[in-house]
Amino acid sequence: MTRTIKVLVTKIGLDSHDRGAKIIARAYRDAGMEVVYTGLRQTPEQVMQAALEEDVDVVAISILSGAHSILVPRVVKLLRDEGLDDVLVLVGGVIPEDDIPELKEAGVKEVFGTGSNTDEIIAFTRQNVRRV
Amino acid sequence: MDIKELADGVIRGEKRSLARAITVVENNPGGTRELLGYIYPHTGGAYIIGVTGSPGVGKSTLVYSLARYYRSLGKKVGVLAVDPTSPFTGGAILGDRIRMSGGEIDQGLYIRSLASRGHLGGLSEAASDALALIDAAGYEIILLETVGTGQAEVEVMRFAHTVLVTLVPGLGDEIQAIKAGILEIGDVFVVNKADRDGVDKTVLEIEMMLDLAPLVSYRPRVIRTVASKDEGIEELVKEIERHKEHLIASDALNQKQMYMAEERVKDILIRRVSAYVLDRAGTDLDIAMQDIASRKKDPYTAAEEILKDWFEEA
Ligand SMILES: Nc1nc2c(ncn2[C@@H]2O[C@H](COP(=O)(O)OP(=O)(O)OP(=O)(O)O)[C@@H](O)[C@H]2O)c(=O)[nH]1
Ligand SMILES: [Mg+2]
Repeated sequence: MTRTIKVLVTKIGLDSHDRGAKIIARAYRDAGMEVVYTGLRQTPEQVMQAALEEDVDVVAISILSGAHSILVPRVVKLLRDEGLDDVLVLVGGVIPEDDIPELKEAGVKEVFGTGSNTDEIIAFTRQNVRRV
Repeated sequence: MDIKELADGVIRGEKRSLARAITVVENNPGGTRELLGYIYPHTGGAYIIGVTGSPGVGKSTLVYSLARYYRSLGKKVGVLAVDPTSPFTGGAILGDRIRMSGGEIDQGLYIRSLASRGHLGGLSEAASDALALIDAAGYEIILLETVGTGQAEVEVMRFAHTVLVTLVPGLGDEIQAIKAGILEIGDVFVVNKADRDGVDKTVLEIEMMLDLAPLVSYRPRVIRTVASKDEGIEELVKEIERHKEHLIASDALNQKQMYMAEERVKDILIRRVSAYVLDRAGTDLDIAMQDIASRKKDPYTAAEEILKDWFEEA
């Protein structure tokens, strides 16, 4: 049985730009997915709680503030501690090339820079979602 | 997935099991039947409060404010919020959670968003089973936010013990809503955004409409709130309590439970039977379709003929 893919789109960090997050939320919806959008300034704890309660397949984190190397691994760790091992974690935003390996090391499946197009993100999500 | 194990987790009140179980009732009819069989004896403890009203009136903000108030009284609170599915893509943006975050992680609060998936009436097909699961997990108060089309979302009456109809000052909104039949579904009328101009006028107009409504045993009241500042929430909870006491005192609660049960089982019967009928009609349906489209037969005759064949067989 195929079921609708459910995605949590969230924005961590303290900046107040969620244009990118909204674009990706809409793109997921237009691709037929169900998107829980949390809005701005979420803490890693809140992201984990939302992912758990909503039982999502994907957590898509948008981050611009530069605190990614602390906040993103923290989200992944909280998810894994709760046993949410099969949740696909993606990151989008302004991430310096040098920081990408450590994010992947921490459990992020892919990092999409500001230049990425939404078709690419959606195709990647479809291919890598683990629960069917 | 082991459904029995999942059901046990729900009954123990584990959030993760509850979350996964709700996914089952959204997607898997076979699993749903098994799951409901296990958990149903554990339901009936929750008091369900429906929150309806036009887009943007502040339903989610109000729900979150109420949730925190009930939490301060020590009650476990569940929230179920339904948002519309796009009829074009089948996707949905579920945005109610935006108004429901902030603050510490609270183990006694469970929030879940659902997409309507083409279901009309302001809820989703899975909403009723999702409510049963949250109930079985031990949540004492469940707040149910409807899609909020601005039309009378009558279905909420079938699932909630008390229905809050939310309106805002100005815009002539209240009159529109009342025309759409919202007067009949509310047990409490909430004028939210009471920090805005025109509150008194709006309250007065609703009061007037309520006075003109057919005489029934219970006269709803109008409560003012500023949900974004947690104002008026205590009064609102008192009014919900007044309605609950009325339901208990007048035996209406029992009648309501019976009504809910009847509607629910009818719903399931109709769904099962129609799936069976369409499945069995199979090729007959294809032939009928051709005959009707080419004007060889009218649709009533075609339907009658399909049914006649079956009954003669039997
Ligand atoms: N001024 C004022 N604004 C409010 C109040 N309550 C909510 N709002 C604001 O109204 C807007 C809509 O609030 P929501 O809670 O999302 O409304 P909703 O009815 O759930 O909206 P939908 O689910 O989209 O139909 C938000 O910007 C809130 O901050 C209030 O009492 N006063
Ligand atoms: Mg809402």
